[in-house]
Amino acid sequence: MTTDLRTTQETTEPYGEGTPDLSSARPRPVSPSLFRRRLRSVVKHVLLIGLSLLMIYPLIWLVVSSMKPNEQIFTDLSIFTTDLSFDNYIQGWDAQLLPFHVYLLNSSILVIGAIVGNLISCSMAAYAFARLDFRFRTITFAVMLGTILLPFHVVLVPQFILFREMGWLDTFLPLVVPKFMATEAFFVFLMVQFIRSLPNELYEAARIDGAGHFRQFVQITLPLMIPALATTTIFTFIWTWADFFGPLIYLRSPENYVVPQALNMFIDGQSTSNFGAMFAMSVISLIPMFIAFLIGQKFLVKGFAKTGIK
Amino acid sequence: MSSLGELRTIAKRSKTDPGQPQKRRKYRDNMAGFLFLVPWIIGFFVFTAGPMLVSLYLAFTNYNLLQAPRWTGLENFTRMWGDQRLWKSLEVTFLYVFVSVPFLLVLALAVAVLLDRGMRGLSFYRSVFYLPSLMGGSVAIAILWRQVFGYEGIVNGFLSFFGVQGPGWIAHPDYALGTLIVLNIWTFGSPMVIFLAGLRQIPDMYYEAANVDGAGKLRQFFTITLPLLTPIIFFNLVLQIIFAFQNFTQAYVVSGGTGGPSDSTLFYTLYLYQQAFNTPMQMGYASAMAWLLVMLIGGLTAVNFWLSKYWVFYDD
Repeated sequence: MTTDLRTTQETTEPYGEGTPDLSSARPRPVSPSLFRRRLRSVVKHVLLIGLSLLMIYPLIWLVVSSMKPNEQIFTDLSIFTTDLSFDNYIQGWDAQLLPFHVYLLNSSILVIGAIVGNLISCSMAAYAFARLDFRFRTITFAVMLGTILLPFHVVLVPQFILFREMGWLDTFLPLVVPKFMATEAFFVFLMVQFIRSLPNELYEAARIDGAGHFRQFVQITLPLMIPALATTTIFTFIWTWADFFGPLIYLRSPENYVVPQALNMFIDGQSTSNFGAMFAMSVISLIPMFIAFLIGQKFLVKGFAKTGIK
Repeated sequence: MSSLGELRTIAKRSKTDPGQPQKRRKYRDNMAGFLFLVPWIIGFFVFTAGPMLVSLYLAFTNYNLLQAPRWTGLENFTRMWGDQRLWKSLEVTFLYVFVSVPFLLVLALAVAVLLDRGMRGLSFYRSVFYLPSLMGGSVAIAILWRQVFGYEGIVNGFLSFFGVQGPGWIAHPDYALGTLIVLNIWTFGSPMVIFLAGLRQIPDMYYEAANVDGAGKLRQFFTITLPLLTPIIFFNLVLQIIFAFQNFTQAYVVSGGTGGPSDSTLFYTLYLYQQAFNTPMQMGYASAMAWLLVMLIGGLTAVNFWLSKYWVFYDD
């Protein structure tokens, strides 16, 4: 006890009178560093808010412009206006050959098909790679990962020829059937990562109770990997909804067009230059993506961080 | 662990024990493994491996869908050598990739570092920055971009504020590609999210120790954050290069499918698409182009991996 006191006295003493420069350094840092931290945080927020505005401004402008009369869109570029109406939406809905809900419906069919396909096929493959012990597992897994990096252009022409031979051109089949074959390898990878993190004890218990692989898959794995399934669902939704290249190649007649193609028609026939209508339908096309993003944010950010795919 | 990390481990493992004659190990689940993989196996052979072989064959033929493919040997490749538009499309694509990807990654990293370590409003900022990367590939955004950078668009509206009359960026051969580069940088949110996840992996104690030693924030960034983040920087770099090489929709929509004005936005993939699907459908030539793309991307990725030895710091 006494020795303790002495040592503390000894250590504090030099700061007391002996060395003034140190004594001033000791109590002081609290306030300047606090001030500097505050300042730093303010600067940070100003920077980030500025950048946010810069990023989001075009989107806000799009939404506001979609509600302005055509002649005002480019004469008044500001986003502050009182003269808003939904006329462009009413007009844009019927601006193309077919009413816009046809394209929305087509997109929805495509999206649902892709989601169901990805969920079933990717989860099956992922279960095999993550939990099962079979021959060629390492090599098939490496090949599967490799296909993530493979540019799909290399299979584009033969796939087109194949689907043409099968008479699938101008149907949704070329865009949906491959999803039932676990061709979207990054979702397989995402799910593999997830299944690997599940506790082994669960599976041991199930095995002792006599559950085969089918039941281990359906009754244990699937319910537990709902977060990974949700991530897959939302990513598939957003990507399929926005995909333009696939439909451009396979969907030929306007009654099969999906939303991105319908939007692109606004540009092709821009002699009319009905910008308001074009903007209105662009907003319509972004709304489902935005909602999916809001609902799935948590999953997206998490799943995304795991595989690192856009 | 990332998919690249995974591949690296597999590669390493196979290198360290070079296929030791492992006494034919028994595999527990051969049958079940096969059954669960049936969809993937079919998909792999029918939609990936098979088509790859076919496209390799077609690359040496002349094929327009109507007549049977005619073997022409190396003709497609010699034709590529003399194809001015192909060279132009390579120039456009390389410019696009090598300008936009570094900007994109630096911005993603800078914002991620700013956002790190429990700052207030983190999830709000993250959402705002992440949202554009999800929408960036859509036709709606490409349409928006045409107007933002149009003659009467917001960019020029902003410039006129300072008395500058900007050009019609989209319609100008010198600037059209620039607008697409900006669009790609606009999607920095996806690598940013990966960086954020990586930053969270760095143990706090490193920073605490650095604080005790009196290292400033900048020094901490360069001696702790950056080295420990190099695997993730590498991962993002590889992926973003691969993605950027394959971008298509924005160039297609912004140029109305032409790659114009005067081929200034003729991405390689867009030119490939034109060759394959515009009459006369030159499917053989397009296949040869696709294989050149694979070789380019594969080559660049290999160079990246090779260079990574010199700057990527792995903990293990």
